[in-house]
Amino acid sequence: MTTPTTTTTPTTTSTAPPVALLERFRVPAGFALGAVLLLGIAPLALSDFRLSLLAKYLCYAIVAVGVSLAWGRGGLMVLGQGVFFGLGGYAMAMHLKLADAAATGETLPDFMQLYGTGDGLPWWWAPFANPAFALAMTVLLPMAVAALLGFFVFQRRVKGAYFAILSQALAAALAIWLVGQQATTGGTNGLTDMQGFFGYSLDDPVNQRMVYFIIAAVLLLLMALARQLFVSRYGELLIAVRDSEERVRFLGYNPANVKLVAYVVAAGMAGLAGALFVPAVGIISPALIGIVPSIGFVIGAAVGGRASLVGAVLGAIAVAWAQSTLSDAFPAAWTYLQGLLFVVAVGFLPGGLASLGVVLRKRRTGTATGTATGTRTTGETA
Amino acid sequence: MSGLSISRRGLLAGISAAGAAAALSACGAKTGSDASSDSAAKADTSGSTVKVGLLNSLSGTMAISEVTVHNSLLLAVKEINAAGGVLGKKLNPISQDGASDWPTFAEKAEALIKDDKVVATFGCWTSSSRKAVKPVFERYKSLLFYPVQYEGLEESPYIFYTGATTNQQIVPALDYLKKQGLTKLYLVGSDYVFPRTANKIIKAYAKAKGMTVVGEDYAPLGSTEFGTIVNKVKDSGADAVFNTLNGDSNVAFFKEYKSSGLTAKSMPVLSVSIAEEEVKSIGTQYLEDQLTAWNYYETTPGAANTKFVAAYQAEYGKDKPTSDPMEAAYISVYLWKEMVEKAGSFDVAKVKAASDGIELDAPEGKVTVDGATQHVYKTARIGKVGADGLITEVWNSGKPIKPDPYLKGYDWASGLS
Repeated sequence: MTTPTTTTTPTTTSTAPPVALLERFRVPAGFALGAVLLLGIAPLALSDFRLSLLAKYLCYAIVAVGVSLAWGRGGLMVLGQGVFFGLGGYAMAMHLKLADAAATGETLPDFMQLYGTGDGLPWWWAPFANPAFALAMTVLLPMAVAALLGFFVFQRRVKGAYFAILSQALAAALAIWLVGQQATTGGTNGLTDMQGFFGYSLDDPVNQRMVYFIIAAVLLLLMALARQLFVSRYGELLIAVRDSEERVRFLGYNPANVKLVAYVVAAGMAGLAGALFVPAVGIISPALIGIVPSIGFVIGAAVGGRASLVGAVLGAIAVAWAQSTLSDAFPAAWTYLQGLLFVVAVGFLPGGLASLGVVLRKRRTGTATGTATGTRTTGETA
Repeated sequence: MSGLSISRRGLLAGISAAGAAAALSACGAKTGSDASSDSAAKADTSGSTVKVGLLNSLSGTMAISEVTVHNSLLLAVKEINAAGGVLGKKLNPISQDGASDWPTFAEKAEALIKDDKVVATFGCWTSSSRKAVKPVFERYKSLLFYPVQYEGLEESPYIFYTGATTNQQIVPALDYLKKQGLTKLYLVGSDYVFPRTANKIIKAYAKAKGMTVVGEDYAPLGSTEFGTIVNKVKDSGADAVFNTLNGDSNVAFFKEYKSSGLTAKSMPVLSVSIAEEEVKSIGTQYLEDQLTAWNYYETTPGAANTKFVAAYQAEYGKDKPTSDPMEAAYISVYLWKEMVEKAGSFDVAKVKAASDGIELDAPEGKVTVDGATQHVYKTARIGKVGADGLITEVWNSGKPIKPDPYLKGYDWASGLS
């Protein structure tokens, strides 16, 4: 990992005029193409059912945008994104359940009438009846948790595998806690059977399409936001921290703060993805939060190319699609394939599929010795 | 750089405008308004075959149990096809894997209804998977037949429950223990909805009928650490253990139970989730003489059962046991067939209307569909595990018990729901 190559690559591309011109049109054109595909072609070409599946995949893609920032750019092995996805999802689901209950004249959500303690609505549920509060919480709650955890972890310079293990432990703990609180969280069942979405009936296919459009628009917006972060001074600093934390410290920056921002933003994105997942799929449960789903959230990004925004997003969509499709044909084999994909991507193709072309080209021109470094550098500009 | 950001800002505006326009133009039905009838999925009955959905976990932690249910569903479909099908149409079974994951169940249920246009779906095992697919079947007004005993407190207009509800399994089991003079109970269960709800019912029953619950412990699904729990059970002075553990955990629990010196004589364990298939995987030596509560055993007498066991073993192997959920799954296909033939149509509303009073001479004995609750009258049977791994009945309720999912007919249960 040589720092000079990583830091100079973006500088050279933006100063050399012909490349800059190409770059100037490449990125907006890519976004425009994405927008046309997601907002125009997909809704026309796909059946209601396929479109609702795509909506689900796009939620995973939103998580991948955050993973690309925190892991791809910041080197933070975020293996506990399920926590933030879950917090966002539960915040949204709690509001929808309360709204459903209010619509039928009840004070308690249906599952609490069956399995509850009989003491009425728990105090921490009550504020979620307010739509503005619930919406804000879908993002702020995950960000607050990430800020708290990140503050202590990064200040203490906990890194690498220890950080990954810690985030996994948090995911496991949250899932176990949720399962144990059947009376107030629905336990293993999670929160299901959402009837309405801010006054609109989710039974109506038209409204399901509306949910899809919202998710697609959010994904595009967050990709634009992440792209902006990537090319900003902060983005450069984040890469510098990833590649050599000590040097950045000697330059006078506090690496802990740099990492904290990436971690918190990624958590907010995961929370928003969880919140949008609920109306699209109709369920949030501990099964979506624990260790296995948390690993699942990064597999897509790893396969597609975690350092490349487009690679991570397409990877997440492709892996989710493959899971839906391949698991029909080979039920038992899918889990193994998923693990294998992760191992291969992390071990042999660190830049993911986004870097495959570059790796092959290097092989051919005989400069294969520095594949790992080369992959990283090019992955970042992709 | 600056030129770049401007074009990007323009793009941002474009995207948000497109998103907003899409959202505004697409305002569908509000909540509370009549659900538009076009959300009901149209099943495809035009061809010479009709598709039926089989929705089970063929992979993941539940596969070991659910594959046996899937097998008996396939057996029933095969038999019905061999006998000419339903309303002259052969059944084409479409299997989908729920992968032991609740959101996947919801996705696959939608795939069966919308893509395959099935006339009915059979499957699900865990309550969580049923809760996940329930809104899907209700939204598209399609039928699910659910074949496993469960915690009750549910009646969906689009689900038929062919396994036992609590008053056909747990309540008779408690009656049996009380009659045996085993009144001090220790409750051990997996940490999820069925054990927690079952234990709530048990505690209400105990309170009203002079029994005592001396301890209550939950282990996470899949947990294999039972040292502490078994020690607590041993020191509790209980007469019997009421066991609602599920899956692998039972293996660890019963091994620990035996090695701590507890036996079926000193403190019997009554289990509600251990059937013939599980006895084999836990090991007969750990389970001999312990009690189970079900509605069907492989040893249940009767010509219908002899035929079912023989057919199953001919299809899947001589050493394969049959169990209660497998039998409930097997009869669910036949019950649906009877309903369709009585209705003379595959139409969901007509099938539902025809369901009340449908009778079947099932392997478990006579079963009758209760149209009001869409559950089935079933005979409760307490069994004892034998040295050969089979379970033999030691007591039964004498006649099929009317399903009462909300326990409305039991005074002591009034505070439960």
